[in-house]
Amino acid sequence: MAEPLFTSEEQKKFDAGIAEIISHYPPDRKSAGMLPALRLLQEIKGWLPPEGLRLVAKHLEVTPERAMEVASFYVMYHLKKPGKYVIDVCTNLSCSLWGAEKMLAYLEEKLGLKAGEANEKFTLRETECLASCGTAPCLQINEDHHESLTQAKLDAILARLS
Amino acid sequence: MASTAKTIEPIISAAWGKPQSWTLDSYRKRGGYEALKKALQLEPAAIIDEVKKSNLRGRGGAGFPTGLKWSFVPKDSPKPKYLAVNGDESEPGTFKDRYILEDDPHMMLEGIAIAAYALGVHTCYVYLRGEFKFPAERTQAAIDEAYKAGIFGKTVLGKDFELNCYLVRGAGAYICGEETALLESLEGKKGWPRLKPPFPAVVGLFGCPTVVNNVETLASVPAVFQQGADAYAKLGTDKSGGTRLVCLSGTVNRPGVYEVSMFTTLAELIYDDKYGRGMPAGRKVKAVIPGGSSAPVLGADELDVAMEFEALKVKQTMAGSGGVIVMDDATCMVRSLWRVARFYAEESCGQCTPCREGTPWQTRLLRKIEEGRGEPGDIDMLSNVASSIAPYPPIGLGNTICALGDAAALPTHSFLMRFRDEFEAHIREHRCPFGDKPWGSFGDWS
Ligand SMILES: Cc1cc2nc3c(=O)[nH]c(=O)nc-3n(C[C@H](O)[C@H](O)[C@H](O)COP(=O)(O)O)c2cc1C
Ligand code: SF4
Ligand code: FES
Repeated sequence: MAEPLFTSEEQKKFDAGIAEIISHYPPDRKSAGMLPALRLLQEIKGWLPPEGLRLVAKHLEVTPERAMEVASFYVMYHLKKPGKYVIDVCTNLSCSLWGAEKMLAYLEEKLGLKAGEANEKFTLRETECLASCGTAPCLQINEDHHESLTQAKLDAILARLS
Repeated sequence: MASTAKTIEPIISAAWGKPQSWTLDSYRKRGGYEALKKALQLEPAAIIDEVKKSNLRGRGGAGFPTGLKWSFVPKDSPKPKYLAVNGDESEPGTFKDRYILEDDPHMMLEGIAIAAYALGVHTCYVYLRGEFKFPAERTQAAIDEAYKAGIFGKTVLGKDFELNCYLVRGAGAYICGEETALLESLEGKKGWPRLKPPFPAVVGLFGCPTVVNNVETLASVPAVFQQGADAYAKLGTDKSGGTRLVCLSGTVNRPGVYEVSMFTTLAELIYDDKYGRGMPAGRKVKAVIPGGSSAPVLGADELDVAMEFEALKVKQTMAGSGGVIVMDDATCMVRSLWRVARFYAEESCGQCTPCREGTPWQTRLLRKIEEGRGEPGDIDMLSNVASSIAPYPPIGLGNTICALGDAAALPTHSFLMRFRDEFEAHIREHRCPFGDKPWGSFGDWS
């Protein structure tokens, strides 16, 4: 038999989360909970496995195709298992004026990855404005925000990632 | 420049940076939720009148009068009504709502409660961009506090009026900041903007009347009732009341979010000691984007203009989301525009042909010019492509379902209008005149 999607711990978290999400919407509008439900799934599994998408669809009473359509529209959802650390570097205008492209090149060199590539440990991506332009350059690691980055600061952050 | 800009009493940013400013306790000690108490003694229609009188205008981009928007919600509709708070904050150069959500979320929540009561709304969704993890944590904690304190829930401060407030996080899509795309996203769909009319105030979330307001707009509402609508209006100009937040970024000594008066000019923001403290040594301003990356760019000789909706409109640009981006004389305009164009191409939802086809086309042409492969005719072509998405001037002639089309075309039009010689130089010299330093090499990474 195929491995179950969730451990019993995870199953509990998912069930409680879905119930809470659905309670925020009118009874005939369960499908509105799609974004929070996908976020919940990704928080538990680290990405959106196909059987997870089917499960979300079932709970929200929509087709699996609909869940897939939404999941593929938004860049924060991972349809493939990403590296342990997803690094999103902003290279939009204000950050580029403070050296974001150089910072990205430094990261590419240091991690041995080009933007858009991944290995077991890291996924490196270029991203759009993170609403932190006054403290440029900046990046996010698994949604944790880091700003006003210097090379020394960045090195220290990377050194903490095991 | 020493400090000559008129000093204002900060309203929205007053508590930022103070210990525990984000807690209910801190907010209450500063008179928090007293405005809600005052508003709850008024008739809903009277609240809307006050907001109209205050001349408060939307801080999300379009500057639409807030009281007027509220008055469009049908009073006799049998359907439920909704309030959707726009905290998508994704327009490049904009980072003010983040500060409100992190440092003083209760100010926004109080605005939500006042708006909901005025509109007869019993359910509010606060939609924050997906990347806002920490702002969402602070906001959720504040919502939880507000429930415990009887501000949200079955009654509002003891008044028999049920109000529920839920936080929803997006998942990375600029287009979801457009109000109808935001509603689609709140309905659990991909963020495809809807054709307007009907406007959300009539047909919005789940087909019901819905007001969509920006985070800063709602955070400005308590002051209207605390100070009184007339006093609030008097802080600003005839058509635009209160104070506003502007976000200063790019090549300038002290970037940041500053609360300014409606009379503060771009030059004051950049040079005044209270704000940007001028340019780094040896640098001069070349270009300034005054209202988020979609706002038409201004040249260095055009900065004596107030950062206010009407004043910037006269210059054929816009106050937009308050994102002021400064580019210095060492910055390449082609490279800058290319990066902006790439953003809009990346974020186009693809529903309308001019936007879907035009935005990548602009990007390809700009890349070609920047990389020294530009040919005579490319600049006219670029201008034509931009016009096919949205001609200019004036602003607002877009041929598309939503204003992302305009947002993508306006930078192209305005950069070409003001810096055409730089584009021509790229083509003439078959290279970028700034060589391998198109970004002016500024800051720690230079
Ligand atoms: C492409 C696009 C992106 C937008 N992004 C935002 C945003 O991130 N935040 C925001 O408040 N308004 C944004 N807006 C404006 C909204 O459509 C809407 O006008 C605003 O939320 C209304 O609130 P207000 O009246 O309080 O300003 C955007 C508009 C467009 C066309
Ligand atoms: S203008 Fe662009 S983003 Fe807006 S609806 Fe059309 S294709 Fe989508
Ligand atoms: S441009 Fe990088 S955070 Fe805005």
